[in-house]
Amino acid sequence: MDALPAVLGAAALLLLLLLTARLLLARRNSSPRTAPLSLLVVAGSDSDKMSEDKIRTFEQKRAETFSNSQFTLNRIPRCREVCQSWSSSVLTTLYSILYSFPLTFRLKPDLILCNGPGTCVPICISALLLEILALKKVIIVYVESICRVETLSLSGKILYYFSDYFIVQWPALKEKYPKSIYLGRIV
Amino acid sequence: MKSAFVTVGTTSFEELIAAVTAPETLQVLRSLGYGRLVLQVGRAAAAPAPFRTAAFTLDVFRFKESLAEDLENADLVISHAGAGTCLETLEKGKPLLVVVNEKLMNNHQLELARQLYRDGHLFYCTCSTLLESLKSIDMSTLKPFPPGQPEKFAAFLDRVIGFE
Repeated sequence: MDALPAVLGAAALLLLLLLTARLLLARRNSSPRTAPLSLLVVAGSDSDKMSEDKIRTFEQKRAETFSNSQFTLNRIPRCREVCQSWSSSVLTTLYSILYSFPLTFRLKPDLILCNGPGTCVPICISALLLEILALKKVIIVYVESICRVETLSLSGKILYYFSDYFIVQWPALKEKYPKSIYLGRIV
Repeated sequence: MKSAFVTVGTTSFEELIAAVTAPETLQVLRSLGYGRLVLQVGRAAAAPAPFRTAAFTLDVFRFKESLAEDLENADLVISHAGAGTCLETLEKGKPLLVVVNEKLMNNHQLELARQLYRDGHLFYCTCSTLLESLKSIDMSTLKPFPPGQPEKFAAFLDRVIGFE
């Protein structure tokens, strides 16, 4: 893992998840003995445009090294903006769900990696539905935000039950949520 | 001459901008030996005007591609409680005073600030206690912040993918 990004922060967790997953997938998918896996990374940040720019820069740099890199970036409408009222959030969440279903069904990922935004819940629900309907195994790995020390985010509380692997970054959460995995601080 | 850097990240944290540029606050900063204050104001509606006198300089900007240089040049960082900024600042080994925005709903940002405070890596306050905190805090008591361990996550994901 020599090429780990030097920049830190929530956006960097996203980049880190992307980088790690893609490096491992590239290695795995380059082996002729195993079927290729497709990856869906669900992430968000305070400023979605800034995150998108960072991802594009990262992927462009990566494409320079790996010629067969397949990368698409799909923007999903946020379930809820910071400080948005809860009642209007119901409508925007429904909109996110309606948007996520066809997207997930089209992409049919083998592995979903989430770093915590509300947007990942509709995606993961779509994936679970995909599993039931298409009998396709989808692995859901959820990484809770570094900001969550004592309590889980709402996405975390929901996906604690629906994810295959639930990663927390502080030991107090591991105690409260025994099914979670604690690997220390990732960033 | 010491320099203090104030950052609100991508947010609009006007109360912090106002609190830190209030005359009493500038006076306290000067008395603590700071001759320069750099303000990153983000989305704040009104940015204070920069000025330069013999005794003190105020620089103001909204956004930059990266805050690395400003953090590097700072002797004190006063920041909103954003995880990214906190971690980047602590990684650079800079003294950090976090100001928590009481207006944000369900203020879980406090959890991280509180934990990092408990571990001795930063101090935190609110806009209303900023002045008092600046006067009373001893930054030299802060402990160095150990880096994260992403290789453990990488190894874990390796095992997960390997199973398929």
